[in-house]
Amino acid sequence: MTTPQVQEAKASQRKAVVNDFSMTVATMNGSGSQTSNVTLLRALFKMGIPVSGKNLFPSNIQGLPTWYTIRVSKDGYLARRETHEVVVAMNPDTFVADLASVAPGGAFFYGDHLKFEINRDDISVHSFPAKLLAKESGAPANLRDYVANMAYVGVLAHMLDIDMDKIREALEYHFDGKEKPIALNMGVIDAAFAWSTANLKKTDPYRVEPMDKTSGFIMADGNTAGALGAIFGGVQFVAWYPITPASSFAEAISQNISAFRDKEGQDGKTYAIVQAEDELAAIGMTVGAGWSGLRSVTSTSGPGISLMTEFAGLAYYAEIPVVVWDVQRVGPSTGLPTRTSQGDILSTHFLGHGDTQQILMIPGSAQECFEFGWRSFDISERMQTPVFVMSDLDLGMNQWMTKPFEYPEQPMDRGKILWEKDLEALKEPWMRYKDVDGDGVPYRTAPGNRAPQSAWFARGTGHDESAKYSERADHWEANMDRLVRKYETASQYVPGPVLQTRAGAKIGVIAYGSADPAILEAGDYLAADGLATDYLRLRAVPFTDEVRDFIASHDKTYVVEMNRDGQMHKLLLLEYPEMAAKLSSLVKYDGLPLSALWVKESLQAEEQK
Amino acid sequence: MPNIQLNLVGLSKNDYRGAQTTLCAGCGHNSISNQIIAAAYELNIVPEDVIKLSGIGCSSKSPAYFLNRSFGFNSLHGRMPSVATGAMFGDHTLRALAVSGDGDTTNIGMGQFKHIMRRNAPMVYIVENNGVYGLTKGQFSATAEMGLRLKYQGVNHYFPVDVVQEAMASGATFVARSFAGDANQVKALIKAGLSHNGLAIIDIISPCVTFNNNDDSRHSYGWGREHQEPLHDFTYVPREQEIQLGEFPEGTTRQVEMHDGSTIVLKKLDRDYDPTSRAAAMRVIEESQNEEVLLTGLIYVDTERPSLTDIYELPQGRALNRMTDAELRPGKDMIEKANAMMF
Repeated sequence: MTTPQVQEAKASQRKAVVNDFSMTVATMNGSGSQTSNVTLLRALFKMGIPVSGKNLFPSNIQGLPTWYTIRVSKDGYLARRETHEVVVAMNPDTFVADLASVAPGGAFFYGDHLKFEINRDDISVHSFPAKLLAKESGAPANLRDYVANMAYVGVLAHMLDIDMDKIREALEYHFDGKEKPIALNMGVIDAAFAWSTANLKKTDPYRVEPMDKTSGFIMADGNTAGALGAIFGGVQFVAWYPITPASSFAEAISQNISAFRDKEGQDGKTYAIVQAEDELAAIGMTVGAGWSGLRSVTSTSGPGISLMTEFAGLAYYAEIPVVVWDVQRVGPSTGLPTRTSQGDILSTHFLGHGDTQQILMIPGSAQECFEFGWRSFDISERMQTPVFVMSDLDLGMNQWMTKPFEYPEQPMDRGKILWEKDLEALKEPWMRYKDVDGDGVPYRTAPGNRAPQSAWFARGTGHDESAKYSERADHWEANMDRLVRKYETASQYVPGPVLQTRAGAKIGVIAYGSADPAILEAGDYLAADGLATDYLRLRAVPFTDEVRDFIASHDKTYVVEMNRDGQMHKLLLLEYPEMAAKLSSLVKYDGLPLSALWVKESLQAEEQK
Repeated sequence: MPNIQLNLVGLSKNDYRGAQTTLCAGCGHNSISNQIIAAAYELNIVPEDVIKLSGIGCSSKSPAYFLNRSFGFNSLHGRMPSVATGAMFGDHTLRALAVSGDGDTTNIGMGQFKHIMRRNAPMVYIVENNGVYGLTKGQFSATAEMGLRLKYQGVNHYFPVDVVQEAMASGATFVARSFAGDANQVKALIKAGLSHNGLAIIDIISPCVTFNNNDDSRHSYGWGREHQEPLHDFTYVPREQEIQLGEFPEGTTRQVEMHDGSTIVLKKLDRDYDPTSRAAAMRVIEESQNEEVLLTGLIYVDTERPSLTDIYELPQGRALNRMTDAELRPGKDMIEKANAMMF
């Protein structure tokens, strides 16, 4: 075992590493550590340091291991990293592995109630009396277990130079200014900070300094951002069924809509939110509301999406606007419900029976979750069809440093909906499914339109242009062909891709959603290694012309995604078979957020083949 | 000029009709459609003020055969209740009228059926109950009586689901049963249901002329197929007469011969029966089961419980689907509030 004096001597020879490390806290699910973790994250963010936080948690209420990782990056890289320089261990079940996970030269902190042999001399090791500090802070006996995790906040504040004022600011935000819990938690942090100052000597190089790289940014999770976006999109009806990791989307609408929408003197609510008995009912209600002219949304994840299949097909065919917010997770049915994935792409695009092409919107940041929250209504009503917003657990449930939400400046697009006066003004008789404008999108009416000629009968069975029952082959084919035209029209309305180019790049990378930070970071590493890459971030299916041009203009394009079968790669092959030889698939499907190192090394390995 | 009788809203009965039925001749469902037309006409309902919904099955085709000027939704098997629930919020000033079958409601749809009653959605929900699947040509439904024999499936070994009992157990606020051939009672119950602010379940026994019959009966589909000339289409369906009860006073019992030659016993509730008593409703349902009779009439009604749309505090007389952008989208200043909510 190396003595502290030796460690100190070694550390003095090392150069300080400022604002550039990864920190992981290992705790038990349900132990109250989330408050400590987000307090650390937010305090660092308020110090102006780019940060990202990722909660790797079990599908369990209490007791199983959980990790919270904070990436601190002066360069603004926000992807998950495999290595951790600062590790805090509070869980005996994972202590040995946590100790082993510290990068050489890093720092290891642990609660002194954990009695384990320390078998490493290449890192700095510190224990601290978490429970004692909770007691000495004056916390009531019945609350000490809940606030003991605050001890590591105080210890890290001292050892990493985190600004205590920013920690207090973070707690004030977390507890919405309620002084009692703030004082309780701050008491433990202060006690730990003082104890650490008196008892611990820093021997590792990792620390933080204030900088100014977060001004103009906010911290938000994708589900709340999407929910607020839906509110700004004029959401009128929500039906949902609880499922991890999508529940907080609907819950955030419930919690916030009144504050944004209800006005003094208003004669009633402008919205309704129903918790359904299951996913089948959730989408059924949403479809019913969409048919009746409301901006209607449901939220779910993969297993719920599969239950929604039949309604999705019906809504596609009957041409009913509805938004489905899919927060993707790993696996079939139960799978890994608290791990992230991009595994619903293929099944959702083709969701339905027979020939179906569903519109997908794929946000890549919390800000885009907000934007797609309102834009998805515009597109679904404009196109009279379901729109699936493909978020994922990482984007939806973790805190992201993101640009502030922007007010939707353009008026709401209610699409081709006719009310009484519109029908009166028509020169030709209105027909529900007639392609008047040649764009495949017919005109619709909604229940409550009192014009006698306005009613139509929504159905899954064959119909003619008047929505009347028909089994005629020509009617069926004409309708199906019009739906294809409509899908092609949709490519003019969906958000186009985001491009990042480098001079002389002959290799392209296509990715989407929460893979974005890892791709951006990997691009820099590859360029530093002499391989320039261009990057196209997809934001929707159907694809726009920019996607075709991107593939065509590169020698080779890698489609990087987080599913086993390269689902977006397959969709691109279907869309652009003539360019199939130019497209390669790079996939990772371990349930963890993508890392830049993996992207870089995998791409380099492919290039060396 | 023919003398066309107009109701108080200036409409003739024809204004309440729908497309030509494609159900079998003699099907009880058509009688029910006729009574829906009559009830709406007599209640002076404007068809544009009604939405009509259904699931899948013979029964669920029927909304096409009445109220042509009403918006309709022929949804999915067993999942009409959820579509109806969402649709009611579009314009809560509309009345909803739904038609389902026993397969649609008590097999695949049992869950949604129970939940829409829990929610007391303001809707007339008619179950056209014939005990079989018609469109898939003659399988048992969950309401089929124990011991019933069908050609391809043999004997039904299971205890039947009683729609009325399920409705009571689920807290329905209007529970009624009738027989398709009892035109007056069907019409009266539909009119009462349309006036109820809550979910009105009307379980209507509606004999299937084609499949709920025995092969050894000369009126049966099976017998007809066995004995038809080879030139006939094998899907030939014999034409049957609709069963009509005629006058059927309260408090009396009537035996009804079905198309297959079997009989059911209908018992109409007494005129002095109090349908507002839940205990009385449960008692008479239990008694009717013990007596092996089908009790008809308004069995239970609760006019106090708020309906689904009541509890959502929707605007008085204004539809959500008429809301303007200004009413729906928070003002520009509110974006600061949204960002301030974040950290």
